[in-house]
Amino acid sequence: MQPFVFQSANDPSAAMQALAASGGNNVTEAPVQALAGGTTLIDLMKLDVMRPSTVIDINPLSGAWSQINLEGENLRLGAMARMADVAAHPEIQKAYPVVADSLKLAASAQLRNMATLGGNVLQRTRCTYFRDISYGNCNKRNPGSGCAAMEGVNRMHAVLGTSDQCIATYAGDFAQSLIALDGTVEIIGKSGTRSIAFAQLHRQPGNSPQIETTLAPGELISGFMIPGRWPRSVYLKARDRQSYEFALASAAVALDMQNGVVRDARLALGGVATVPWRAREAEGLLKEQKFDDALAERVADAAFAGATPRHHNAFKIALGKRVVARALYQAATMEV
Amino acid sequence: MSDKSSSSNASGFNRRAFMAAAAGTAVAAPLTARAAGPAATPSAAQDPQLPVDLTLRVNGQNRQLNLDARTTVLDALRERLGFTGSKKGCDHGQCGACTVLIDGRRVLSCLTLALVAQGHEITTIEGLADGDKLHPMQQAFIDQDAFQCGYCTPGQIVSAVACVKEGHANSDDDIREYMSGNICRCAAYPNIVAAIKQAAPEILKG
Repeated sequence: MQPFVFQSANDPSAAMQALAASGGNNVTEAPVQALAGGTTLIDLMKLDVMRPSTVIDINPLSGAWSQINLEGENLRLGAMARMADVAAHPEIQKAYPVVADSLKLAASAQLRNMATLGGNVLQRTRCTYFRDISYGNCNKRNPGSGCAAMEGVNRMHAVLGTSDQCIATYAGDFAQSLIALDGTVEIIGKSGTRSIAFAQLHRQPGNSPQIETTLAPGELISGFMIPGRWPRSVYLKARDRQSYEFALASAAVALDMQNGVVRDARLALGGVATVPWRAREAEGLLKEQKFDDALAERVADAAFAGATPRHHNAFKIALGKRVVARALYQAATMEV
Repeated sequence: MSDKSSSSNASGFNRRAFMAAAAGTAVAAPLTARAAGPAATPSAAQDPQLPVDLTLRVNGQNRQLNLDARTTVLDALRERLGFTGSKKGCDHGQCGACTVLIDGRRVLSCLTLALVAQGHEITTIEGLADGDKLHPMQQAFIDQDAFQCGYCTPGQIVSAVACVKEGHANSDDDIREYMSGNICRCAAYPNIVAAIKQAAPEILKG
């Protein structure tokens, strides 16, 4: 790990001031980094993938930025709320099972106690070539250097949203709930606050995989908002072992049904795409339709219609379709 | 430095007591030397090479330290304070061997900077027993033969205490899910589950 100057930010304006020198929007290279739960940042600093010269501890903001608010029609979550606390919240489990389960099925109990929601949605990819600096060719780490994963061991890599520059999978789970439920992100910067659709936060790799989000340098996520209530919702995650593992394929599903007919449907995919992935065309097939297994399979096929596999990860298409169909079936048949 | 396990040995000497005492001796001299030197804290805000002064509260006692800012809680415990119970397995948050409680919550000390843990209550495996009386979870691990090599055991026990207090020890499946962050390469898992089930009622009774 490279030496760094450690500073604490005791309030948002101090954080903005300290983060002002964050540099460009290549987050891996940014010389000033905000430290929350540390479960990604400290790990990547130990690997020398991230080498900040200054680390700003924003944990003092936890008091102000950790609220969980279910008053009114919407759910508001502070960015410094810890994953474990949101997952264990009884009202969230009831009104937003997809949110609670996407948090509960992520990481381990210890990591969920540490990691914040804001940090979690910005979690970096687990691409082994990105994480191992002995590979020089990683467009995400060293722009223009190539991609070792393209012809390497790419079993865990993405089949949706890829480019010829990068096929690294977005690793998180909670983000799939946010994008499925039309969540918004509250962002604070030195010129004030703004709010964007969660779907606008992450950028597909395209020709610049080193730029992962639309956050400007020095901006912080302060919270999230989810409109409405989604008691009929499911997060289903398929992985190499039953617990404490990243998704090979996952699905966030939310349905609004009346008398067996789908009035509204939301579908997002995890473990298979370079960014949190909303399957809008596929979910559209469900609207005003009577739910049955054949419909679920058509939706699953549509969700992966544009998938482009590499040598080792074609199985994710077949697996992903089954995950989608099963998640839809679970959501459609759950008692709410 | 206190090491509760040493008193349970009839000869008054065992490997763990020797290792802990040796670690304690190793840090004592530099600490004394630094105490007489100039305070490094003010300029450390500008120079990442300089160590910083901090206080960690471990098992109910304040400990003054002068550390490189990169030092994790795990390294501060093991290398500077002689608390060698918490183990370094992967050092990347993947194995759980370094699990400690911070303000009662189980966290990974290998991914927590010592500077971030200031002002919080750290509890390690050494802080669980009540004098010579083992914590119910420690006793249950012995009773149920819940380890072979023992390397993951301190992390398992600390994690298991929190697992019970969180209310996540209500069934075998529940225990397995909520203990999945503690890897045991000897695969003592069935016995670990049995130990947690044994200790849970006593812990919840208070």
